[in-house]
Amino acid sequence: MAKTEYQIEPGKQEIVVTRVFDAPRDLVFKACTDPNLVARWWGPRRYTTTVDKMEVRPGGAWRFVQKDDAGNEFAFHGVYHEISAPVRTVQTFEFEGVPGHVLLDTATFEERDGRTKLTQQSVFQSVADRDGMVQSGMEAGSTESMDRLAELLAELLKEKGAR
Amino acid sequence: MATATDQLSATFAALADPTRRAILARLASGEASVTELAAPFELSLPGVSKHLKVLQRAGLITQGRKAQWRPCRLEPVRFKEVADWTEGYRRFWDESFDRLDEYLQEVTKENKDDERQ
Repeated sequence: MAKTEYQIEPGKQEIVVTRVFDAPRDLVFKACTDPNLVARWWGPRRYTTTVDKMEVRPGGAWRFVQKDDAGNEFAFHGVYHEISAPVRTVQTFEFEGVPGHVLLDTATFEERDGRTKLTQQSVFQSVADRDGMVQSGMEAGSTESMDRLAELLAELLKEKGAR
Repeated sequence: MATATDQLSATFAALADPTRRAILARLASGEASVTELAAPFELSLPGVSKHLKVLQRAGLITQGRKAQWRPCRLEPVRFKEVADWTEGYRRFWDESFDRLDEYLQEVTKENKDDERQ
């Protein structure tokens, strides 16, 4: 199964997420920029995502609303700054639950041998913003894979336990 | 008031320095005295002590009081917090990209089926 990779380095203002998809670039780009398709995959499974607004052009606004079974709603919005099909998009991102913390997201699409590598760089306004956002976590739970730093730390701990 | 986020920021600030990470890596293989920790780094003892203080304040290590050589050791609890810290964020994108992957596989399969007809 394909794996999502995270670069979350201490003291930095950014997070870089990469994932390789077994599909041509045009298709991956379309899935990320077509309002009818985004709702099918954006966000964790236990939420239903509705696209409230998605004007895919520089200066256009987007707004997605997530709903859980209990009826709780979480909304996210931002503005597109660049749409260069099929290679790059640049947009802002803000969680309405914690307003005033704006991210700049750059997504890059690279095709190789029919597969597409999607790199998503999120730059936060400060290191504290990034750390706070990641901690509040958009969602809690999961024991899945850790980022490189956490892996290093786990390794340190394992070595420590093994001695 | 110190919040959990402040604590994490202190931890990350402590981890941001390569010398301090090297000290942690050294301590991963067992406790060590300040003199032992200073040896590989061409640092003065006060220099190393400064780094150790940062690591202590961040809760990443503790320094023993009993023995005269006051050994330093790793504190696992704080490391676990750092690991837990990323889980929510990771889950969001892991799941999103898994779903995108499923969609793409579905569509590419349909396209291939269409070509065959």
